Amino acid sequence: MSPPAVTAAGRKPQAHLSPSRLAWRRLKANRMAMAGLAFLLFFSGLCVVGPWFSPYSFQEQPRIAEGALPPSAEHWLGTDHRGRDLATRLFHGGRISLMVGLLATAVSLSIGVVYGSLSGFLGGKSDSVMMRIVDILYALPFTVFVILLMVFFGRSLILLFLAIGAVEWLTMARIVRGQVLSLKQTAFVEAARILGQRPRKLLSGHILPNALGPIIVYTALTIPNVMLLEAFVSFLGLGVQPPMSSLGLLINDGRTSMEGAPWLLLAPGIAFAMTLFSLNFLGDGIRDAFDPKKET
Amino acid sequence: MLSYIARRFLEALPVLFLVITICFFLLRLAPGGPFSHEVDIPAATLAQMEAHYGLDRPLFLQYTSYLGNLLRGDLGPSFHYPTRTVNEIIASHLPVSLELGLWGLLIALFVGIGAGVISMIRPDTWLDSAPMGGAMIGICLPTFVLGPLLVLVFSLWLGWFNATGWNTAGDRILPAVTLGLFYAAYIARLTRGGMREIIRQDFIRTARAKGLPGHLVLAKHALRPGILPALAFLGPAAAGLLTGSFVVETVFHIPGLGREFVNAAFNRDYTLVLGVVILFAAMILLFNLLVDIGQVLLNPRQRFE
Repeated sequence: MSPPAVTAAGRKPQAHLSPSRLAWRRLKANRMAMAGLAFLLFFSGLCVVGPWFSPYSFQEQPRIAEGALPPSAEHWLGTDHRGRDLATRLFHGGRISLMVGLLATAVSLSIGVVYGSLSGFLGGKSDSVMMRIVDILYALPFTVFVILLMVFFGRSLILLFLAIGAVEWLTMARIVRGQVLSLKQTAFVEAARILGQRPRKLLSGHILPNALGPIIVYTALTIPNVMLLEAFVSFLGLGVQPPMSSLGLLINDGRTSMEGAPWLLLAPGIAFAMTLFSLNFLGDGIRDAFDPKKET
Repeated sequence: MLSYIARRFLEALPVLFLVITICFFLLRLAPGGPFSHEVDIPAATLAQMEAHYGLDRPLFLQYTSYLGNLLRGDLGPSFHYPTRTVNEIIASHLPVSLELGLWGLLIALFVGIGAGVISMIRPDTWLDSAPMGGAMIGICLPTFVLGPLLVLVFSLWLGWFNATGWNTAGDRILPAVTLGLFYAAYIARLTRGGMREIIRQDFIRTARAKGLPGHLVLAKHALRPGILPALAFLGPAAAGLLTGSFVVETVFHIPGLGREFVNAAFNRDYTLVLGVVILFAAMILLFNLLVDIGQVLLNPRQRFE
């Protein structure tokens, strides 16, 4: 490819930029989305390296006799009622919440893409049956199912993100199916088919790469929902189990002791709300950036 | 219209049957029985208890007899509270949850549609950005953060309301706000989007051109089609209000069905869990049906499809 020509005004004409480059440029111009991205990088950085640098442990309770201490120079966010450093527990909990969020999103992404693309690619009877199943599942109270799975099959981390992923794939399946259906009829797919391309390769090599934009957009919008569900289940005491921490668990701990020690509620509550804020703004920004109807 | 309702109703029945079947076998196949948390039960007593509740019979027979009882409206005895049936527990706790859900829904509708309409009247001014900024906050503050925060500020610090309980009219306010605010925020965004789409249409221009004052254009012509997206969202919102009640009833110590469900899950009270899930699924299906009918009534274009 030749380098893009430079016009007299010194600006590159946009036709020479690839769609993903264009999307990234639009995203960079969106201040709220970039602020969200910055906060997410900052917070996840703290969560990843914070526990290593902290002189305190997230589970040992050497100062249990002193009870909950307000924030001080020694403990930046104070300590909880078992004398554990809240900052350390917050970073550890954030680590688990972010990890569950990413893994559960990956699970829902895989199920949704495979199911949706198969449904759209096969078409006809199997398509209508598969989509009818999705319609039916939409009508069900899913959070209840996650709770049931967690209660009756043990409260392990692996099961937690599998269960969340298993209920959050429906919209992804619908979106991918719609994309595949319309891409299936395009000339380049027809050309590949006539050239003797196998159906499987047709789907994975020609159709899916062109549906990548909507898939990325919806994945970004799924992450906050998934993290919300994890925190919800952990808040009820049915998700991540102590002494491990998660943001939902910390918020529940903070709730029970907020009368004497409000910092135990405020710190994890604000951290979680800020994370959701950032994820939502970033997700909206990515959606706008991939929207062909918007100009730069 | 009647045939449409009948068809939708008949479609919902197999779904409900599927939910019952899946949940029944899911609970029975799970490791650990309803009595496994009571550690020191002698084997003979355990066998007797299982025989009493019919748990020693083949799984399929348990299933058919459960279905038979269900058809007669009997959800069976509770495994955890020996003297109470699931029907009694639901009957005593459901009204509280329904009232809470109704207040939440009213807040979601009135605050949501109100904020949405206000923000679309003067786009890109503070009348637009303030409600929409508030809506973004409402969407990002989950019930289990918002509820404790409201208690902290309005009960513990300001002392305006009781922190917990469900006795006076004032006790309803904080739980209802906690439950409804997220959906109010969502509905506000949907209403704003829907209305902005509508006011660009030709029939609105016609209404303006014939000299109708602005507020009447909004109220008579734009509002009805403009709230359709918000109305379509009410189906999922009802499901969310039900699950939201788990958190709200736990935070505010409200004796509703949501808290009872969470406790039943902890106690492995199979029949109670199953009964509540079936009830919730039936309520959600019914509500979705009502929402769809409402959409057809509000949107004449759908009537002939």
